Amino acid sequence: MTTVLVLAERDSSNGTAKKTTLELLTLARRLGEPQVVWFGDQGSEAASVLGEYGASAVHVVGGQDMADHPVVPIVDVLQALVAELDATAVLVPSSADGKEAAGRLAVRIGSGVITDAVDISESGVATQSVFGGSTVVHSTVTHGIGIYTVRPNSVAPEPAPTTCGVIEVDSTVSEAAKSARVVERTVAGKGGRPELTEAAVVVSGGRGVGGSEGFEVIEKLADSLGAAVGASRAATDAGWYPHQYQVGQTGKTVSPQLYIANGISGAIQHRAGMQTSKVVVVVNKDAEAPLFELADFGVVGDLFEVVPQLTDEIDSRSN
Amino acid sequence: MKIAVCVKQVPDTWAEKTLSAEDSTLDRAAADGVLNELDEYAVEEALQLAEAHGGEVTVVSMGPERAAETVRKALSMGADAGIHVVDDSLHGSDAIATSAVLAAALDGKGFDLIVFGSESTDARMSVIPAMVAERLGIAQLTFAQRVSVSGSDVTIERVTDYGFDTVTGSTPAVISVVEKINEPRYPSFKGIMAAKKKPVDTVTVADLGLEAATVGQAAAWSAVQDFAARPPKPAGTVVTDEGDGGSRIAAYLTEQKFI
Ligand SMILES: Cc1cc2nc3c(=O)[nH]c(=O)nc-3n(C[C@H](O)[C@H](O)[C@H](O)COP(=O)(O)OP(=O)(O)OC[C@H]3O[C@@H](n4cnc5c(N)ncnc54)[C@H](O)[C@@H]3O)c2cc1C
Ligand SMILES: Nc1ncnc2c1ncn2[C@@H]1O[C@H](COP(=O)(O)O)[C@@H](O)[C@H]1O
Repeated sequence: MTTVLVLAERDSSNGTAKKTTLELLTLARRLGEPQVVWFGDQGSEAASVLGEYGASAVHVVGGQDMADHPVVPIVDVLQALVAELDATAVLVPSSADGKEAAGRLAVRIGSGVITDAVDISESGVATQSVFGGSTVVHSTVTHGIGIYTVRPNSVAPEPAPTTCGVIEVDSTVSEAAKSARVVERTVAGKGGRPELTEAAVVVSGGRGVGGSEGFEVIEKLADSLGAAVGASRAATDAGWYPHQYQVGQTGKTVSPQLYIANGISGAIQHRAGMQTSKVVVVVNKDAEAPLFELADFGVVGDLFEVVPQLTDEIDSRSN
Repeated sequence: MKIAVCVKQVPDTWAEKTLSAEDSTLDRAAADGVLNELDEYAVEEALQLAEAHGGEVTVVSMGPERAAETVRKALSMGADAGIHVVDDSLHGSDAIATSAVLAAALDGKGFDLIVFGSESTDARMSVIPAMVAERLGIAQLTFAQRVSVSGSDVTIERVTDYGFDTVTGSTPAVISVVEKINEPRYPSFKGIMAAKKKPVDTVTVADLGLEAATVGQAAAWSAVQDFAARPPKPAGTVVTDEGDGGSRIAAYLTEQKFI
């Protein structure tokens, strides 16, 4: 069996494996035997869950100095492991870091790269959903090994238990990596809710929410559903909600089972980040709002009337 | 300071985008070409940096003949000169080849900063800036919502999942910007007139010292096998709130087994 490398994605708040890592393992198993590359601590603790999803080994890259340089250390380690293990494919999450690492790795080792795959077949054919979900494309890498970035929430993680060994990677920061250094990390997040890109349900608010106080209504609905909160750029730009919750072209791409948009008109840049949601519910007081075109269920009405009523109903049903 | 800004011509943001049945490349003739939205922010940032620190801004674009309009647009915003890589052999180039061509066009010209948008609206790969940094062997300072330059030190705020990272490096460096960074200016009438006289160097793949056989669709390291339009989503139900809007959504969500 050939080796397939999977770059782990970790939860930035608690350092554990994100669900995307298990999704990647599920796809990687179709192509060969997955081994995980893990940056930072808690790698050996993660071995059991990684093994549960079919990883035969986790390569743990420790040391704060590696973490203090963006992207390049990931490329250095992936390059070394591809050579050492004779890996035939590399799967990384479609995050900013993941895509950049994939692109640089492709240049370095002379391989093609496919970004934002939503599926990969046994023979390495990637499915992509492009142009806002209007077109489905099947592509293959035709040169070198297959490098893929995979969108979160594309496949359901399936367990395939095996024993996962822990291998410490002894690595030093390369000259190339030293050219950029992280000097400070600023956390502007709101903790306690599921991560936006992996949440099964996302409740978003836009300009119609009217201000930061208005977002309490959105958060209450989100909490009643165990959902993540998202926002349109109009809302993040106004400072009503932190920027990293922006959904759209220049924000997060989400693909939840359920997306509830409140007071969002549906600009193309917003749609670009939520168009592949399975079920879309829209609340907007303007019947002409373009987002209604995407709605499976829509209510033309004032969100400050509709949303609290919905929250109450959900709370009473679950009690 | 010598600043380059890489811009791409893309189909109009609102235009419906399709792949050509012939060769599975983006059908560019089907829609008006515009300056990629995020690249407007890149041009603005390059201009602001040049205004603050002195220096020249050169626009660099790879694209067909008509992409010259896009180079002009950036010049009319205030950039000083342009380099336009045009060559029939480039049609269908993948990110690998595009990054090689851009790197070759940028290399050896003494640029201190090379500014990109963080994503093109058509390819949506967000990989070109990192690939160019890799090829040129210079610092990668990407996804910036803020850039500050002091002498040869460059500091950016890189947007992350949890907020942002403050990242530093030194020139020469590749920067890519997100839309939070600034408010792009509109070209003035004077700017549009002046742009007509600004120098644009039109170069071919051979001029860059690259083999035509290493670019274009035949040389791409990934290939489209097939594609299909996804059937449009059936129209959903839209109701008007008559005091029961919330309850009706709750009923729908129950029916769909979400609650
Ligand atoms: C380069 C670029 C990148 C961009 N990236 C993104 C991105 O990543 N994400 C993004 O979202 N946008 C992005 N945008 C911005 C995008 O074009 C829109 O401006 C933005 O999405 C609009 O946000 P909105 O729908 O909240 O506001 P609006 O368009 O102002 O819509 C507000 C809606 O709320 C409704 N409303 C008002 N009051 C109520 C009420 N009480 N109850 C119910 N409904 C109400 C109104 O009817 C209206 O439809 C980008 C733009 C550019 C140029
Ligand atoms: N053909 C091109 N010519 C010049 N710049 C480009 C080209 N393609 C991509 N870019 C730059 O790379 C950025 C990211 O593009 P992409 O990786 O395609 O999402 C864009 O915002 C541009 O700044």
